[in-house]
Amino acid sequence: MAAVHGDAHGHEHDDHHPSGIMRWITTTNHKDIGTMYLWFSFAMFLVGGTLAMGIRAELYQPGIQILEPELFNQFTTLHGLIMVFGAIMPAFVGFANWQVPMMIGAPDMAFARMNNWSFWLLPVAATLLVGSFFVPGGAAAGGWTFYPPLSTQGGLGVDLMIFSVHILGASSIMGSINIITTILNMRAPGMTMMKMPLFVWTWLITAYLLVLVMPVLAGVVTMLLTDRHFGTSFFNAAGGGDPVMFQHIFWFFGHPEVYIMILPSFGIVSEVIPTFSRKPLFGYSSMVYATASIAILSCVVWAHHMFTAGMPTVGQLFFMYATMLIAVPTGVKVFNWTATMWRGSMSFETPMLFSIGFIFLFVIGGFSGVICAIVPIDIQVQDTYYVIAHFHYVLVSGSLFALFAGAYYWIPKWTGRMYNETLGKWHFWLSMFFFNMTFFVQHFLGLAGMPRRIPDYNLQFADFNMISSLGAFGFGLTQLLFLYIMINCIRSGDKAPQKPWDGATTLEWTHLPTPAPYHSFEKPPIVK
Amino acid sequence: MRSKSAVTLAGVSALALYSSMAVGSKYNFPEPQSVIAKDIYDQHIMLMWICLVIFIGVFGVMFYSLLKHRKSLGYKAANFHHSTTVEIIWTVIPCLILVAMAWPATKTVIAMKDTSSPDMTIKATGYQWMWGYDYLQGEGEGISFFSKLSTPRAQIENKAPKGENYLLEVDNHVVVPVGKKVRVILTANDVLHAWWVPALGIKQDAIPGFIRDTWFTADKPGIYRGQCAELCGKDHGYMPIVVEVMEAGEYSKWVAAQKASAVKTSMHVENK
Repeated sequence: MAAVHGDAHGHEHDDHHPSGIMRWITTTNHKDIGTMYLWFSFAMFLVGGTLAMGIRAELYQPGIQILEPELFNQFTTLHGLIMVFGAIMPAFVGFANWQVPMMIGAPDMAFARMNNWSFWLLPVAATLLVGSFFVPGGAAAGGWTFYPPLSTQGGLGVDLMIFSVHILGASSIMGSINIITTILNMRAPGMTMMKMPLFVWTWLITAYLLVLVMPVLAGVVTMLLTDRHFGTSFFNAAGGGDPVMFQHIFWFFGHPEVYIMILPSFGIVSEVIPTFSRKPLFGYSSMVYATASIAILSCVVWAHHMFTAGMPTVGQLFFMYATMLIAVPTGVKVFNWTATMWRGSMSFETPMLFSIGFIFLFVIGGFSGVICAIVPIDIQVQDTYYVIAHFHYVLVSGSLFALFAGAYYWIPKWTGRMYNETLGKWHFWLSMFFFNMTFFVQHFLGLAGMPRRIPDYNLQFADFNMISSLGAFGFGLTQLLFLYIMINCIRSGDKAPQKPWDGATTLEWTHLPTPAPYHSFEKPPIVK
Repeated sequence: MRSKSAVTLAGVSALALYSSMAVGSKYNFPEPQSVIAKDIYDQHIMLMWICLVIFIGVFGVMFYSLLKHRKSLGYKAANFHHSTTVEIIWTVIPCLILVAMAWPATKTVIAMKDTSSPDMTIKATGYQWMWGYDYLQGEGEGISFFSKLSTPRAQIENKAPKGENYLLEVDNHVVVPVGKKVRVILTANDVLHAWWVPALGIKQDAIPGFIRDTWFTADKPGIYRGQCAELCGKDHGYMPIVVEVMEAGEYSKWVAAQKASAVKTSMHVENK
């Protein structure tokens, strides 16, 4: 271990890199690129969050107050696209960049230059997406799923969105290839596949999913583009096409995409829970198999998003059974986390709080997921606020809470400084409270019959919408606290020891000083 | 003492659950008005109970652990990390629960998809932003009309107080007789729409250039309201669906009145 330290320090004089802005533009260092990914995704999170505030402000009361219906639709569409492609996905890639090389004992990512390019495509794509608000006709307004023929009707904003999705897709594919190659080829001696930390495993499986489905998304948006401008009729019945075909292709991408956003969260939580339980992860190999089965199943369930589009009885039954089956490996994961905590010696620092909050709320989202999988019930709740509540339970209190857990967990290693624990706990409890205030009542709205994507509603929905909006404003403001905690930590946090968490066992804690040096593991550690 | 308080707690929470169900549609589906809607309602309640039991089981264990197995209480960590038996058990049990859930659902799916031998057939066409109805077969064959939002603009713009059926009211109701199997054929003229009436338990997308169908049999006369459920552009929130279910006699009168006014209109057109 000491040898590794000496090595890391000995190389510090080699850390010559351009300073100022050129450092960031030309960097090929996985840590710099990871940092940029994380800041970019947080900026996008604030943009998407601002749109959500606009949506909730309009829905605060019945009647049209702030956003005209067309602008409202642009807000919901861009909120979805920005949060999925701009905030959640790049944030996980940021974690992969920082953590994967350190956790497998590699000096950097396999394709360092491509890594730089996959990041720098993102601001371009984001500019196209956000800029589309300011072109004639405004941004795309057909929902984040942009179903034709509605999206064929839209203006220049839709074209900008299509190009943006192309670029984001290219970035994701490059990022994934990089992660796969790094994990398969650059593990330290002795680090066999079944010894990899679970975060690395989940990212490996996620990266395969990305490589599988991003080209499908690129294909379907290209078909939409040629339908719009080059006279093809893929999705136009008048020309022999079929609008429902778009939905099949889109969801063939879209459903694995859901797991792309949740599998790395499982990975983060599977690192945090054992650390703060001071006990090894229960059922490591079943966790790996469960992750792989979720990934495989996720590719054969896509049409459960389309039960109301009309399909043969056997089709509906197949997709219902396959979807329900996902509950089994997901349940295994929840049981394993519980068994990891069982008879541990737990302490409740902020990362642990967010991980427990993750399990608690993700399970609620899982329950509503099973309910949505039952075709007859889905017929009622499809395209209602029930579904909105469901997927915010798995994406906000799922993916986002896991991202917060990861950020608090690893920030000492990244910056060499501790965050403010008291404020971190405030961040957790406020997020927990306002999240449930925002989204729990939306289950009732959906059951009572409020469709999604409407700017105005009947008076019977008024009180729950008001509660939901107030909760959303609170949740939005709480996230500024997170920004403050992080800036405060980076600038003036207390010095962090090499291993601030006594239960941590992965290489970045056991073999690297804090903060992690600019170049780490130039000589690979030996893993026993 | 301990078991007594546990029993009290269980009793109180069961009572609370029942009373919240009694509150009705505010926290649950609207009161079902057809066989299918009733099935859906019952299955949803059944699933809620199953979920509740699992929830209490899983989080009971987890919260017990969170309270007792703390470092601050000086609890020393155990070091077990797998158990094949336990892992097989908690893989098999969820499978069995899923089968129990899927069984009634499968029966309902098969029933929902059976649109054969209807008493009457109505075609609904989605337009940006209203519905068109054509009575194709059965009593009332040949009736045809559009159905548009009738909420005044002033209410939407907050210049007038909002009525009880704000945004859920139309100029022409779809009228059907009670107890008859009504097959609804759906299509759209421009973009996707979806025809949804929660109390009748049906929702079906309307797809331009394609035909889809669904069915319902209303149990009771009454007025049932729903909305377009597939984003269809600017006024997606402003194309409600209102189904009026009448007794057979009244329905025949409505049909006669419609036919008469249709004849009058066409004569009026010819005279011009």
